[in-house]
Amino acid sequence: MTYLVRLADDNVVLGQRLSEYIASAPDLEEDLAIANIGLDHIGIAQHVYTYAAEVEGAGRTEDDFAFWRTERQFTNTLLVEQPHEGFGELIARQFLFDAYQLELWEALARSSDDRLAGIAAKALKEARYHLRHTASWVVRLGDGTDESHRRMQDAIDSMWRFTGELFEADDLDRQMAAEGVGVDPTTLREAWDATVDEVLAEATLLRPDDPYQASGGRNGLHSEYLGHLLAEMQWMQRTYPKLQW
Amino acid sequence: MTYEVPEIPGEQTEDPTGHHEEHGWPLWEVFVRPKRGLNHSHAGSLHAPDAEAAVQNARDAYTRRAEGISVWVVPSAAIHASDDSEAMFEPFEDRPYRHPTFYDIPDEVGQM
Repeated sequence: MTYLVRLADDNVVLGQRLSEYIASAPDLEEDLAIANIGLDHIGIAQHVYTYAAEVEGAGRTEDDFAFWRTERQFTNTLLVEQPHEGFGELIARQFLFDAYQLELWEALARSSDDRLAGIAAKALKEARYHLRHTASWVVRLGDGTDESHRRMQDAIDSMWRFTGELFEADDLDRQMAAEGVGVDPTTLREAWDATVDEVLAEATLLRPDDPYQASGGRNGLHSEYLGHLLAEMQWMQRTYPKLQW
Repeated sequence: MTYEVPEIPGEQTEDPTGHHEEHGWPLWEVFVRPKRGLNHSHAGSLHAPDAEAAVQNARDAYTRRAEGISVWVVPSAAIHASDDSEAMFEPFEDRPYRHPTFYDIPDEVGQM
């Protein structure tokens, strides 16, 4: 259950982050694309939370996980909660995360747990498209004008320190991997490196060499941004408990 | 009309439509094939910086409710339209014997 919630927390937080950008994209068309990607992430989170609630068997629903937990109880990685100052940062965060999600869902699609494997297979198709979309933007901006190149490089640099955490494994990860249910994140690193290097090279961008890597999200130790995000996401349910539409 | 996304570093980006609009990105016409065996038909138009982005935007704008299995995008400026409908089409209206409207078409045939 904890493992499933961990997976879903990444998607729900990122989905909420993307929803903030609606009506702020460079054009209406990109607004639709980002809203779509955000909805995909929220959809995946919903499936995984629902399954987690069933596994737990305590009568909770997906809404309880999304709206009735506090900051310290969220175990998403720091990358997905980072705010974006502009389109470049949004794309950088999304690209680096999509490249990870592709490997994650591909591995989980082979999970010995049929239900999780089914969710992963669906998520994998979406992740392939997300990565294609964001990678094409990284290339377009990186290999665009001097100004777009500079901004894209800055954006990649600013998100880079949150990528190491994606591949950290703790006892739970290792246990789930040993049981064939989950995956050890450290094994995803090589393929992620290859994808990221290939796209950055095509985009004429440099792979950052940032020795500092932030961590702690998986243990509920978040940056100051998550609290604000959750306040916005949860206020409706907390103001009007059990509200439905 | 062929167009490839420029990939050479530092290369000047060319506008595939051959002209620049005053503001924003060029306009593309979107054609969607609803299912196998049917033709692509015009769904609408959108703005995009290049062909690759236009296809992705078309996917999100015109196919997200399972409307299609294939998408074409064409720079709007590459489309040449007929004009002067009086000279072009009205003469045919006086030739009813050419209009295949005297046949009963069985329902099974579908759209002709």
